[in-house]
Amino acid sequence: MRDIAVVATAQSPAIRKEERRNEVEILMPVVHELRERAGLTQRDIGFTVSGSCDYLQGQAFAFVTALDAIGPWPPIDESHVEMDGAWALYEAWMRLQYGDIDTALVYSFGKSSPGDIRRILSLQLDPYYLSPLWPDPVAMAALQARALLESDGVSERDLAEVVARARRNAKDNPNAQLKGDVDVDALLKEPTYLSPLRKHDCPPITDGAAAVILAAGDRAREITDRPAWIRGIDHRIEPHSLGVRDLTDSPSTRKAGEHAGVANGKVDLAELHAPFSHQEIILKRALGLGDDVNVNPSGGALGSNPVMVAGMLRIIEAAQRIMDGQADRAVAHATSGPALQQNLVAVLEGDS
Amino acid sequence: MAERVAITGVGQTKHDAKRPDVSIAGLCREAAIRALDDANVGWSDIDAVVIGKAPDMFEGVVMPELYLADALGATGKPMMRVHTAGSVGGSTALVAAGLVKAGVHKRVLTVAFEKQSESNAMWALSMRIPFQPALVAGAGGYFAPHIRSYIRRSNAPDHVGILVAVKDRLNALKNPYAHLHLTDISYEKVAESMMIWDPLRYLESCPSSDGACAMVLSSEDALTGDRPPAWFAGTAMRSEPTQFAGRDQVNPQAGKDCAADVYRQAGISDPRAEIDVAEIYVPFSWYEPMWMENLGFSAEGEGWKMTDSGATAIDGDMPINPSGGVLSSNPIGASGMLRYAEAAMQIREQAGEHQIDGVRTALGHAYGGGAQFYSMCILTKEKP
Repeated sequence: MRDIAVVATAQSPAIRKEERRNEVEILMPVVHELRERAGLTQRDIGFTVSGSCDYLQGQAFAFVTALDAIGPWPPIDESHVEMDGAWALYEAWMRLQYGDIDTALVYSFGKSSPGDIRRILSLQLDPYYLSPLWPDPVAMAALQARALLESDGVSERDLAEVVARARRNAKDNPNAQLKGDVDVDALLKEPTYLSPLRKHDCPPITDGAAAVILAAGDRAREITDRPAWIRGIDHRIEPHSLGVRDLTDSPSTRKAGEHAGVANGKVDLAELHAPFSHQEIILKRALGLGDDVNVNPSGGALGSNPVMVAGMLRIIEAAQRIMDGQADRAVAHATSGPALQQNLVAVLEGDS
Repeated sequence: MAERVAITGVGQTKHDAKRPDVSIAGLCREAAIRALDDANVGWSDIDAVVIGKAPDMFEGVVMPELYLADALGATGKPMMRVHTAGSVGGSTALVAAGLVKAGVHKRVLTVAFEKQSESNAMWALSMRIPFQPALVAGAGGYFAPHIRSYIRRSNAPDHVGILVAVKDRLNALKNPYAHLHLTDISYEKVAESMMIWDPLRYLESCPSSDGACAMVLSSEDALTGDRPPAWFAGTAMRSEPTQFAGRDQVNPQAGKDCAADVYRQAGISDPRAEIDVAEIYVPFSWYEPMWMENLGFSAEGEGWKMTDSGATAIDGDMPINPSGGVLSSNPIGASGMLRYAEAAMQIREQAGEHQIDGVRTALGHAYGGGAQFYSMCILTKEKP
């Protein structure tokens, strides 16, 4: 395999309701900032790929217009996945393996505020047996949280502690939406929203966009002094029906982590895409991360959750900390589907 | 560094206006199981699954790969979902091929589908404000002005579109999987059909279909099956903006660039002489002559002469769409992959009644959006 690295990242601030700008307008400054940071123009980029969801915009082929933010002229080698941007990044990593090009641009965007995101994501389910019942992602996460609380040694206090740390960490993240010092006991006094979840156990609604440049080998070293090398990247999917899964575990995350080589060295930090507080506990266990690992220093998806971007943001936050010299080895994780159905794990390292 | 990739199994459904006998998963499995059988492999022999389809709104299922994971044997494996507008069937196959080419996997199942009877595709394809001015309805409404521009530029006679419509429907009669089997198709019948988007008549337009296509793609050291494989000798994708001042929408640069890239990879300098058969994306009759020019099979302004002279017929010197093409079956998300699969079937001599003799090199082509997304492959009998 060719050595591929994240060499530049950019993201919009996470905003609860971006009313002044549409998706293309949110994306455009992000992409321009990204290319400037890497010192590249679109002509220097070998492959471009994006991840987004038409349903968020309520328009078939909505991603087509987003291409205008890139300025694809002369014509570009380009692709799109109807998945979180983390999987677009995976496709870019794959494309760079061919060996004929050395750079790729990946972007993703999503505005959750205009529609009813819970209702939209209900349409992700089996259209014959599940969607007609309209269970939404919060309800399914609540089922998962309940299963976890009733299993072994996880308490509501553990969930609240995840939230308090996420809010505290987000204070250092200028792009985060929810941040601050919160008291665990105060959190536990809040009423439940969808039992056992309290509102703070759930992700905020966020509009945003992000973009990454990947580069191979020497090209990566030309672009930046300290590339964040992707040492392993893998993703796995689980059965769709909640009834056949052990919701207290994430076997697909474990398998992806094994294939990505999480255990091959000391992990300094992990950015885990856990939109719900209890999911961070499940993911941490599945990846075998100890208490010495700094989990979600950015504040994670509990701090800002632009749907379709939030998974790729975990890779960005982990990679940027390596590029800044704050960490040598990091794990990044992205999820998709109800109650962590599909999971991607990447291991990133700086040059030692 | 890049590994060789071969198509070792192809499968497709019977395409129809409505397939109420199967669920979405059932439709996909019908094609997938045929591809696995053709490759002589089982679900457990597959390393990863890549699916593609056009907008989720066509069926009302958001990111349906999540729901399809079980039905397509993907649980515990990597699964991806591609969406690049009308070119998606081709792009999906290329992402799947890429996983083998990159050395990530040995054997990948790729599936593309559309169950258009679940909704009304024409209105789903009609962009609303602010995405586009409210001037057009459906893809035909969008493309008709480009076709009129082609006719004006090339001075093509009016009947060329009708010839394409008749030819592809006659070819479809040789393809048991085709949606349209119009046994009474004739020049007069097409000419007399209703004009819906001038100059496109009803019978010069593609149908709206339920259908799926699947392929098994293998690395050189994981070949299976009784039939020789079809090898990818070139793969490329290109995109350009929907609109900007000076864009040539009749003969788009992205299509020319994409073709040039696959020809270069496959070592083709004279496509008309070196390619034995082409399965190209012709949803509206006039796109056959237009793509002949864009793909370099003819000089600019001369593409219609190929259709007019019968060169593109199944017994012509440059057979185009012997399967009946998109004009005879159009499950949108699968239509691009069907072009690749039909090209592979020609190489592998499994096209039955619509088989062309002695095919060694074939082109698979798909386009989408406002004729701005392209996905192409060159398939060969000989290992590249």
